Amino acid sequence: MSQKINPVENFVSGFEAIRATLAGNDLPWLDSLRRSGIGQFEDIGLPGPKVESWKYTRLRPLEDTTFRPVILADREAYIDQVPTVLPSSSGCPRIVFVNGFMRSDLSCLDNLPEGVTVESLGAAVARDSEWVETHLGRIGRLEGQPLVALNTAMMNSGVVVHVQRGVVVEQPIQMIFIAGLTEEPVACYPRNLIVMEEASQATLVKLHAGLGVSAYLANAVTEVEVGDAAILRHYRVQSENIQATHLGSLHVRIGQDATYDGFGLHIGGRLSRTEVFARLEGEGGHCALNGAYLMKGREHCDNTTVIEHVVPHTTCSEVFKGILDDESRGVFQGRIVVHKDAQGTDGHQSSNVLLLSDKAEMDAKPELEIYADDVKCSHGATTGQLDETALFYLRSRGIPEALARNLLIQSFVAGALDEIKVDTVREAMMSKVVHWLPAKCFLAEEWTEE
Amino acid sequence: MLEIKNLHAAVDGTEILKGLSLEINAGETHAIMGPNGSGKSTLSYVLAGRDGYKVTKGEILYKGQNLLDLSPEERAGNGVFLAFQYPVEIPGVANTIFLKEALNAVRRHRGEEELDAMAVLKVVREKTKELGISEDMLKRAVNVGFSGGEKKRNEVLQMAVLNPSLAILDETDSGLDIDALKIVADGVNALRAPDRATLVITHYQRLLDHIVPDKVHVLAKGRIQRSGGKALALELEKNGYAEFAEAAA
Repeated sequence: MSQKINPVENFVSGFEAIRATLAGNDLPWLDSLRRSGIGQFEDIGLPGPKVESWKYTRLRPLEDTTFRPVILADREAYIDQVPTVLPSSSGCPRIVFVNGFMRSDLSCLDNLPEGVTVESLGAAVARDSEWVETHLGRIGRLEGQPLVALNTAMMNSGVVVHVQRGVVVEQPIQMIFIAGLTEEPVACYPRNLIVMEEASQATLVKLHAGLGVSAYLANAVTEVEVGDAAILRHYRVQSENIQATHLGSLHVRIGQDATYDGFGLHIGGRLSRTEVFARLEGEGGHCALNGAYLMKGREHCDNTTVIEHVVPHTTCSEVFKGILDDESRGVFQGRIVVHKDAQGTDGHQSSNVLLLSDKAEMDAKPELEIYADDVKCSHGATTGQLDETALFYLRSRGIPEALARNLLIQSFVAGALDEIKVDTVREAMMSKVVHWLPAKCFLAEEWTEE
Repeated sequence: MLEIKNLHAAVDGTEILKGLSLEINAGETHAIMGPNGSGKSTLSYVLAGRDGYKVTKGEILYKGQNLLDLSPEERAGNGVFLAFQYPVEIPGVANTIFLKEALNAVRRHRGEEELDAMAVLKVVREKTKELGISEDMLKRAVNVGFSGGEKKRNEVLQMAVLNPSLAILDETDSGLDIDALKIVADGVNALRAPDRATLVITHYQRLLDHIVPDKVHVLAKGRIQRSGGKALALELEKNGYAEFAEAAA
């Protein structure tokens, strides 16, 4: 029997209990930001089914489980091998967190080029509190966003990335969040801040990896500022464990002639919801929000995006592909808002899903909200099954049925992964997809030329 | 090689093949000609084992074994190959990967050792050269963005790589211009051998100018109405299928 709990009260008392230990608690601006966060959260409460945008996703794990905030001791979980997206041999810099706290012994930040800083939120606040103050909480607003508010109160970890004007970072930087392996359910609240100054370029690869089978909550907020003419390639993998609740939100501001290229691969979690709010605030800006999700068992995966075209001549594109097996459930809510002055907007959105089981379910809600008259916007959503003709074609060439199914799934997902511009990242993501597949499958091998 | 006895087959509850019998020996090439809707494609799908094509009566023996007991992949492993009338596009999967997996699946089935990527590529390149196919086609996703001719050539390439005992060509000439037709026919002819058999299914006689059959059968109303030598194909070209449509009615 699940006992009746009051989740909001629990979170608030959790906050009071750890407040004194939170990073930068002695800074008045930060303390007041946290207090307004918990105040907002207490006022609004958890989002329920009466809120339109939460119609298809119920936060049941939060209603029947008490998650205590992580403490420093939780980071000492034994990590045999650090899960990564790009292989360690790639030599890419990485910052690693275990249960909400940075682990310097697992991180590797020696090779960062000049003009780039990658550090934990705590370190950034200690080093340059003034700079953090001018950026933190400016893009991810608290109003009407209880989960952002909760994160703002509790935030104790996360990554601050700052790429200075004109700096081009060649190597992808990995941000790795490992969770799980605790005796009781815990909650961690990573807060990431990414500031790309004018004409800078970088590729960030974020991984949320769950180990073991213990329940936990990851409530993550990422604020991204892409300055004029800057390019950020932001590739994410959510591979939480089978008991995990992952609630992530991403808030992006895109400047003039700037590009935000985002991709999210979701292959884990009991319940996951990723919200992306992107605002195109300068002419010539481009926003790509792409993603793929592969769910099985009773997993639930929700991708909710809102792209706002605020000024004229900006573009956006969204390509989402989903694979739903067993009794899993997928949700895609994609809203494109074209403001009154945003003439010449070009926006395209597509959501395609393959159901591998009769009991899997998909809810797709594309929405175009257009207030300008000279715009080009389109959306398309399909839900279907594996193509029987293609399956027969492969089998007629000797390929066993299980393998043929896997190949077709891989082929379907490739339609989204192809949007990833960095080859090494795309290949690494495909290898994660292949490992998700039920039986032996094809690995995209390199065909070396003679 | 292949013995079809009194075959009855239905699709969605409608009987399409109504007592078809046919025997093909090793080393022979047979052509089945017939009007639209006579059951030509149904026969090819039944031979390859497609779901939804239900055999209600009769039997098919392949190398003396009951073919209908086998899954499509087992049939392929045993040497049955169907060149599709409409080859399927598979985005995101390179032709080379597809050929490697198909070849190794078939080799596993035959108890042969699997080949590594380089060895497969060597075999594939050899065949590509023999068939006059551009290597560019290998790197592209299976049939995606291929012209009609390229798709059919890709079918013949797969056939050459998998080295079947029984090749069934379903309307391989459809959608081909004369140059492409010649390339495809040359590819098929190159595979003719005393230990192989070929079944060419076609509506028109022109393919048979290039792939000369040992025997021609007329299929109409779900049965073989008449069999003869290659002269029968010319006669059909001249007189059409009207005679058979009436005879069967």
